[in-house]
Amino acid sequence: MKRLHLERLANPQLLALAGVLLINWLLFPNFFRITWQDGRLFGSLIDVINRGAPVAILAIGMTGVIATKGVDLSVGAIMAVCGAVAATMVVAGYPTPVAVIAALAVGLACGLWNGFLVAVLDIQPIIATLVLMVAGRGIAQLITEGSIVTFNDPALIFIGTGSFLGLPMAAVIALVLMVVVTFLVRRTAIGLFIQAIGVNRAAASLAGIRSRMLLMLVYALSGFCAAIAGIVVAADIRGADANNSGLWLELDAILAVVIGGTSLLGGRFSIPMAVVGALIIQAMNTGILVSGFRPEFNLIVKAGMIILILLIQSPLAGRIFTRRLVPAKAAAK
Amino acid sequence: MKRSLRPLAATAIIFIIAYALSVLQFPSMLSTRVLGNFLTDNAFLGIAAVGMTFVIISGGIDLSVGAVIGFTGVLVAVLISWMGIHPLLAFAIALSVAGLFGAAMGLTIHFLNVPSFIVTLAGMFLARGGASVITQDSVPINHDFYGTVTGLIIRLPGGGRLSFIGLLMIAIFILGALLAHRTRFGSYVYALGGNEVSASLMGVPVARTTVQIYMLSSMLAALAGIVFSFYTSAGYPLAAVGVELDAISAVVIGGTLLTGGYGFVLGTFVGVMLLGLVQTYIIFDGTLSSWWTKIVIGVLLFLFIVLQRVIFAASTSGEKSPEKA
Repeated sequence: MKRLHLERLANPQLLALAGVLLINWLLFPNFFRITWQDGRLFGSLIDVINRGAPVAILAIGMTGVIATKGVDLSVGAIMAVCGAVAATMVVAGYPTPVAVIAALAVGLACGLWNGFLVAVLDIQPIIATLVLMVAGRGIAQLITEGSIVTFNDPALIFIGTGSFLGLPMAAVIALVLMVVVTFLVRRTAIGLFIQAIGVNRAAASLAGIRSRMLLMLVYALSGFCAAIAGIVVAADIRGADANNSGLWLELDAILAVVIGGTSLLGGRFSIPMAVVGALIIQAMNTGILVSGFRPEFNLIVKAGMIILILLIQSPLAGRIFTRRLVPAKAAAK
Repeated sequence: MKRSLRPLAATAIIFIIAYALSVLQFPSMLSTRVLGNFLTDNAFLGIAAVGMTFVIISGGIDLSVGAVIGFTGVLVAVLISWMGIHPLLAFAIALSVAGLFGAAMGLTIHFLNVPSFIVTLAGMFLARGGASVITQDSVPINHDFYGTVTGLIIRLPGGGRLSFIGLLMIAIFILGALLAHRTRFGSYVYALGGNEVSASLMGVPVARTTVQIYMLSSMLAALAGIVFSFYTSAGYPLAAVGVELDAISAVVIGGTLLTGGYGFVLGTFVGVMLLGLVQTYIIFDGTLSSWWTKIVIGVLLFLFIVLQRVIFAASTSGEKSPEKA
């Protein structure tokens, strides 16, 4: 418990975000300049929040999945499917709310399918979600009939590019979703149950937790979040691109969750920190772009970051830290 | 028949039935030409899938395979075309680099005790990023050696061609099967996938075996990259994106259990051929779009996973999980 307390005090994620932003500022002095124009805020910082929103939304759902010791590889493909559903329905003349609700329902259904494979058929999460990851883009192309479906529906476009109180709509959606899900998970016992399943599913079941039901719920939430992200991305580019929408974003989302301090071994999670993780990734992306480096360095920086996190999270580092801390505390006493 | 061979038999029977149905519809699919192209077109995937089989039998997963193929292609192309190094030396360099890369991943997985999937994810970013940093363009390879190797063809009766890379894939599959089923390393891999703790208690050198498994996978991926460079005569940093998914699908369809400890190298061969059949069928049909490939592979993957569950549940019906009890 003490270690957890220390971590909360230092909050490495927020420090890291501050560090990345500071480096960006050093590389690009105008980084923090925010201007007010046409009823909304502009600036690199706002851009980070706006561009980081889809990954942040995915990360919210992914956190729950990873907390149960699972992983959801299909979110990128679900994004493509849901974007395609929303776009084709709007083009076909359905009212925007109907199209959006249909897309959300499809995402929920995809998530339930994953949950069914994991919870009922007892298939490993990586493999269970691999099925949709492979097939999903094919399904998305089936819906768009192989082309990029573009649309001009103002209400749908507003979801991607509009603004609310000066903030980009995508960021507002991510923020609201984060608050709602965090509240739902932390103010009820659901969070505790999820952690219990992540630590030991068999034990949790014996203790009376309906692990099947909860696992279904967690994957359904991930699919739902992917649907929101898919709609946001499609609305942003005013079209549904079955091939490229959400491509490799599942990996970014997993990375964001891991940066956020959620253990891949299950049992410990934080949704707000996962969102911060998504912002750190985007701040680095934007930083690399504005400072004039080639975008290819992005991948290498990301790889370096994963290795660094693994080193910090590893039991090896834990042993070294505790070895140093324990004598220090003993000396203090 | 041995019980343990059932999934392999199931895959083989499904392949034969699927092929027979395709031939009924398109009689010209039963020709040495189509069979020869099967091998040539899927050579790089097959070689990478052999390495993936070992990784999955050991209970891990390697997401870096596609990126290593892309990186190797670029490295080989740059070494040959820009630096004038002989292809054979370039291959040796590429294989060594990949070996070190795999060893680093294996060491990280074992000593930091982290899931293989996140380590190889970092490896994927690193290899893909490295390839893009070297060059962003497609680097053509115009070396006489490449012409000589692509010219090595065994002509079959009926207009078919057995290419060098197709034969190389078959050789790798045979070597892989021998390595898995007839050597000490092979039994270590199975033991590790069965249960790492008991394996180490029985005296399996867990650290060394883990490092060797990922070295093998990365080096076979590099070989696949070299084969891919023969296939396309170029190196391109975005080549073979997503091949790791095809390789994993082939391994699963081939009857290897994703929980580790159980699987066949030759099953993977059937898996690769089945994926190839899906693609060839779609090309023959002409009216279906290429994205049907993805859906069919997804459906196949699902069917085989469920099949595995059923077989696995039947063989362990004695123990019940607490939830079912």
